[in-house]
Amino acid sequence: MTTQSEKADNMKIATPERKNRSPVTSHPSRSSPSWPDQLHRVLTDQRMRQVAYVPDSGHARLIELVRADRQMRAIPLTTEEEGVALAVGAWLGGERSVLLLQSSGVGNCINMLGMIQECRVPLLMLVTMRGEWGEFNPWQVPMAQATAPSLAAMGVVVQTADRAEEVVEIVAAAGRLAFNTCRAVAVLIGQRVVGAKQFK
Amino acid sequence: MKHRKPVLDRRQVVAEILKRRGDALVVAGLGAPCWDITAAGDNPLNFCTWGGMGGAAMIGLGMALAQPRRRVLVITGDGEILMGLGSLATVGVQQPRNLAVIVMDNEHYGETGMQVTHTRLGVDLAGMAKAAGFRAAGTVYSQAQLAAWIPRLHRQRGPVFAAIKVTTETAPLVLPIREGPALKQRFREALLGARAFE
Ligand SMILES: Cc1ncc(C[n+]2csc(CCOP(=O)(O)OP(=O)(O)O)c2C)c(N)n1
Ligand SMILES: [Mg+2]
Repeated sequence: MTTQSEKADNMKIATPERKNRSPVTSHPSRSSPSWPDQLHRVLTDQRMRQVAYVPDSGHARLIELVRADRQMRAIPLTTEEEGVALAVGAWLGGERSVLLLQSSGVGNCINMLGMIQECRVPLLMLVTMRGEWGEFNPWQVPMAQATAPSLAAMGVVVQTADRAEEVVEIVAAAGRLAFNTCRAVAVLIGQRVVGAKQFK
Repeated sequence: MKHRKPVLDRRQVVAEILKRRGDALVVAGLGAPCWDITAAGDNPLNFCTWGGMGGAAMIGLGMALAQPRRRVLVITGDGEILMGLGSLATVGVQQPRNLAVIVMDNEHYGETGMQVTHTRLGVDLAGMAKAAGFRAAGTVYSQAQLAAWIPRLHRQRGPVFAAIKVTTETAPLVLPIREGPALKQRFREALLGARAFE
């Protein structure tokens, strides 16, 4: 499903003055893509009650929406693995949770994901990628490269969304897969979608 | 600060706490805390972890938020909570009224050969919990203090935290179910009934 405003965002990316800010494609604080708003609706439709996160600028808009939503509880974490353990407790208690994190945070989750796999607890992770597309910060690259393989090594189903217009559909499907089949599913939202951070 | 030698017996402490559990949900940190709660009487509303070190308090938080009308007790080890100290801050921010985190603080990593932990070396867990925003937090050394704390653990508005200083005496193994899906499904069925299979 592609909305007009999403199309407009993609168009903007291709305009010459954007290209001038090479290697940057877009940045959430400078343009406001519509996919985070649509993701918020998906989380509502799928009855996600506990939304845990360590902030990433790619998730800034979604976090704002979650914090303003009285049907959801925003749960800021000190480290991402807390959100993995939280998902176990939420599910045991009969609620659904979702974990928002950036790719570096996947590295913080590894051992805790063992509990998810062993107990077959549904887990939806929305991972905004850093260090893969037009990145400026070299320290982001190692974990970016290891993100998908390490999730796969821990039994997490990995799906990727590299275009703004496909994010919502992929997340909705990933949520159904996770909760219908009691599995961990991560959606990697490409840096091409969230934009490379500007250092100027 | 002079070290005060723990005297309480962990099995007796846990048995006393759980005698009054009512319909509380109980999460245990890996190793000895699991054997302790199982020795006090197996219960489908026990969730015993066999891994996920550092995650017990967060499991308790997710559960407490999902089940605001039930008391949730997390019973774990000093080593286990030290691995997830940040979760004290996360719990402090959420202020779950129905959550109590109870540490069987033997000042050692019992499971791995009884090496000393930071709590033996001066780290004050209750102080950290208090500073993180727990409404009540204390260290329990004596039977009299335990008697005063048990009602707080069950009823006082949370989040509540107690580090209970226990000896390094190891008790006989009383093992809970090991298989993750069985533990999970048994718990959800007991708590949620038919909704467990939605
Ligand atoms: C991530 C991780 N690191 C190390 C271990 C090994 N380990 C298992 S139990 C344990 C110590 C537990 O100590 P504590 O929580 O104080 O429990 P006690 O046995 O003393 O009651 C350790 C270090 C582990 N299971 N997982
Ligand atoms: Mg210990």
